[in-house]
Amino acid sequence: MIRTEGLVKRYGDVVALDGLDLAVPQGTVLGLLGPNGAGKTTAVRILTTLLVPDAGTVTVAGIDVKAHPDQVRKRIGLSGQSAAVDEHLTGFENLDMVGRLYHMPKEKSRARARELLDVFELDEAADRPTKTYSGGMRRRLDLAAALVAAPDVIFLDEPTTGLDPRSRANMWDTIQKLVREGATVLLTTQYMEEADRLADDIVVIDRGHKIAQGTADDLKRQVGGERIETVLADAADLAPAQTILAGLSVGEVQVDDQARRLIAPVSGNVDSLRNVLQRLADANIQVADIGVRRPTLDDVFLSLTGHSADEVAEDESEDGKGPKRQSREKEVVR
Amino acid sequence: MTAVAIAFSDSIVIAKRNLIKIKRVPDMLVWTLMSPIMFVLLFGYVFGGAIDVRGTTYREFLIAGVFAQTVIFGASWTGVGMAEDMTKGVIDRFRSLPMSRTAVLAGRTASDIVSNSLSILLMGLTGLLIGWRIRTGPLEAIGGILLLLLFAYAFSWIMAWVGLKVKTVEMVNNAGFMVIFPLTFVANTFVPVETLAGPLKAFAYWNPVSAVAQAAREAFGNTAGQIPPDVWSLQNPALYTLIWVGIILAVFIPLSTREYNKASSR
Repeated sequence: MIRTEGLVKRYGDVVALDGLDLAVPQGTVLGLLGPNGAGKTTAVRILTTLLVPDAGTVTVAGIDVKAHPDQVRKRIGLSGQSAAVDEHLTGFENLDMVGRLYHMPKEKSRARARELLDVFELDEAADRPTKTYSGGMRRRLDLAAALVAAPDVIFLDEPTTGLDPRSRANMWDTIQKLVREGATVLLTTQYMEEADRLADDIVVIDRGHKIAQGTADDLKRQVGGERIETVLADAADLAPAQTILAGLSVGEVQVDDQARRLIAPVSGNVDSLRNVLQRLADANIQVADIGVRRPTLDDVFLSLTGHSADEVAEDESEDGKGPKRQSREKEVVR
Repeated sequence: MTAVAIAFSDSIVIAKRNLIKIKRVPDMLVWTLMSPIMFVLLFGYVFGGAIDVRGTTYREFLIAGVFAQTVIFGASWTGVGMAEDMTKGVIDRFRSLPMSRTAVLAGRTASDIVSNSLSILLMGLTGLLIGWRIRTGPLEAIGGILLLLLFAYAFSWIMAWVGLKVKTVEMVNNAGFMVIFPLTFVANTFVPVETLAGPLKAFAYWNPVSAVAQAAREAFGNTAGQIPPDVWSLQNPALYTLIWVGIILAVFIPLSTREYNKASSR
């Protein structure tokens, strides 16, 4: 349903997309992962006809996006940070307006608006200006707006960034339901967990390049399994602790002197944790904090690119979008 | 539906949306409507005695000028509205829909006619209170008002382009002031053109704002039988205004539409 080949987009000297290939079969979800500035939003903007690529081919629902953007617009829905709702209109007015702009007859557009408000549990707030909505409600309305014309292909650009955990879980349920009903979804996210939960296939991009592709499990395997993170009470113990951990670890032990932190990849999590604690206690090393950690997006990045998602976010910003958004997102990533 | 019918119906949807906003945030409209009233009173009373216009009272002479200036300032809200829209994600929603590419602009310029009509109504009432009278028939007067609104509508398209080009609301205001002040003052809006010096006079003769004001003045019967200066533009003010309206629309509708398609939301 979605296919790109050799997609290139430059903003002046900055290359936002550098030959990106994507393929999303019908009825599946592709998770597009990457830090800020990786090119996720640029890719979505090109696929949804908002931006014209400098090179490459793009087809959505079998239609050439560059040649027939209007045909594509009839078949897609866009939601997330790239699109929004009008804050002065009520929830109903927003959806009805979108319906009318899809050229639905008046009655049909109204009925569809009410139906969606019902589905998204916004019926009580339907006639209030969306300015008064909570963040979660606004995201729901935003997603509803993308679904007005029951599109074949849905683009969700960071649909849960900035949402509280409960709203996020609700949003995930909704998206899963859409896919069960046959929709094809391209989803961008910064959260491994989100991609893990929703995506059939994950593409990790960085600086406009695809750096990894596979299922969530594939990627985690690539990163390595669990790791034990130990924070010591005394920096003087770092060297002996590293020796101990190296003996139990299945990979290289990373040491952060300033944070007095050691990170050791391990295989059997609980047993290894017990062993580590035992050996450290035997050596009389005081532990301030210890825990088993599963790989995160940041680990994927560290392992795939050698720099963390945060660093990238600080280095570059996607098409000049403000630093405000980045700092907000960074908090969530951490 | 044909492309034109689609463009028309989409524009109405967008205009409705803009009007709902005016309804929900009435403060902005109140302030937009206060300034025309203030202008009528200010010019009427402060300059009223100082400026002498042969054959008629200054207040009567003034009203058409204030109308012209105010609807042009009113048109600059189009630029503000576009710049504001462009900073919000909702414009990306519009651009991802199979709607007409001119509808957001056409809807905006159309809804601004409504606020401009309201401000003419208020100015007219204020004018009547301080002694302005329509000395022709209702048809002529309505013709004058329509011409004012039409010129303002064309001007809206210039400001829409400015709003898309300069990107921030503050800059639209500044850019608007830079253009609108000389355009509306170096004209016969507030003083008879004959009182202006050489190059200013030439500019005022051919300034379309002079023609709009002159045409409105004639339509309201506020010229007291004065013969306009012997330049074609002011001898045929309504026609000259219509020519300008045509030129502005022919240039700025495509220009603004192109800019709208190019600009991504910021």
